[in-house]
Amino acid sequence: MKLFVYYLIYPGFVFASIVGLLSTWFDRKLSARIQWRQGPPWYQSFADIGKLLYKEVIVPREANRSGFITAPLFGLAAVTLAVTVLGVNIIEIAGQTTGFIGDVIVVWYLFAIPAIVLVYLGSTSGNPLSSIGVAREIKLLLSYDLPMVILIAMVGAKTGGFSIRAIIEWQQINGPIIGHWYGVLGFIIAIFCIQAKLGRVPFDLAEAETELGSGILMELSGAVLAAYELSQAIALFGLSFFLIVLFWGGVFGGVGILWTILKYVLIMVLLILIKNTNPRVRIDQAMKYFWGWMTGGAILAGILAYLGV
Amino acid sequence: MDILKNSFKKSIWVFHLSASGCNACDIEVLELLTPRYDIERFGMKLVGSPRHADALLVCGAINAHSKPRILEVYRQTTKPCLVVLFGACGCSSGIFRDSYSIVGPVDKIIKEEDPDAKIVYIPGCPPKPEAMIEGIIMGLGVL
Repeated sequence: MKLFVYYLIYPGFVFASIVGLLSTWFDRKLSARIQWRQGPPWYQSFADIGKLLYKEVIVPREANRSGFITAPLFGLAAVTLAVTVLGVNIIEIAGQTTGFIGDVIVVWYLFAIPAIVLVYLGSTSGNPLSSIGVAREIKLLLSYDLPMVILIAMVGAKTGGFSIRAIIEWQQINGPIIGHWYGVLGFIIAIFCIQAKLGRVPFDLAEAETELGSGILMELSGAVLAAYELSQAIALFGLSFFLIVLFWGGVFGGVGILWTILKYVLIMVLLILIKNTNPRVRIDQAMKYFWGWMTGGAILAGILAYLGV
Repeated sequence: MDILKNSFKKSIWVFHLSASGCNACDIEVLELLTPRYDIERFGMKLVGSPRHADALLVCGAINAHSKPRILEVYRQTTKPCLVVLFGACGCSSGIFRDSYSIVGPVDKIIKEEDPDAKIVYIPGCPPKPEAMIEGIIMGLGVL
């Protein structure tokens, strides 16, 4: 019973989707203000989801009908589960033991499931532009994963436990990881990995609205697109929170909640500024960037963490 | 269902379809995205695929070559959708009306395919961005 409340209401589906959709609105509004425009009203993301649910769903002729309609739900469920595992560890920090060894890695790979679902949807739709998007999405998935996994290994080794609970407890005793040089370096790299994972502007090669005509999303319509948008909004919330847990000491009780909101807003602003100041890169540039600079930086952060700088 | 229908009016995604026009209207559409007119205030945005579109912005007098393409895009758009014809050519084929290559105004062609299509006309050569915004918003009353 308690598990269902966690999964469906707080900190799971309902809470995460409301915060995620508000964050999506914040993203659009701040981008508009940066471009000197007015921007959409606060209920915009909710209206988008409502409208998409109202429209008809067209299933492409080549597609597997049941697979095409149910696949986005798997992505949505996986992202919700990731947010729940993350959130339960935070809100029950003073209570009984929650979580398990290795749940950081489980959460990170649960966030990868929407990308895999998207690859399935894009390749089943039989659209040539979608298939270009699919190729790019797979390459991108391979490229940002390497530096991020090195960083997770670094944080896990430093804090002496690969569970979210151990990472938070270590940081609450010894101060957040971002207080050290290796933490700053790791945080900068992780921000770019998150940006790529969410498919936001410098790394939005898979959808590339002006080049491929929304590429991998091209054949999605109606409720299928709504489920995708919702899982994207939840992932935006969840991944920003994942960064707070990994590098910024999680959530402290009492007044600490306000600090957490500030940290969250700061991470959102960083993501939005990266989105608004960079043009889209090519896929070979993105792979070179992640496997070269970012992986090198992550290894350097690991060495610095070993030296304790 | 009512709340979903109302949210439809707050979030119109627009697909721009240029059907053998002279490009003046196409350039004028881009004005809608600039800081001065900013259609995102009304929740509208330009999308790249007709599958996501709620409104088709069609401009240009249609010639025999582009007719099947227009119908294909109209069939691929998810319903309910609004067809916005703008510019003198889109509304009535304009000065090209009886030309040998023109197969008629867009509304006639789309009515052949789907007699219940919701169509909005925005005349002008090209129409001003204010007129386009007003036209699309008035068109929402039709839906």
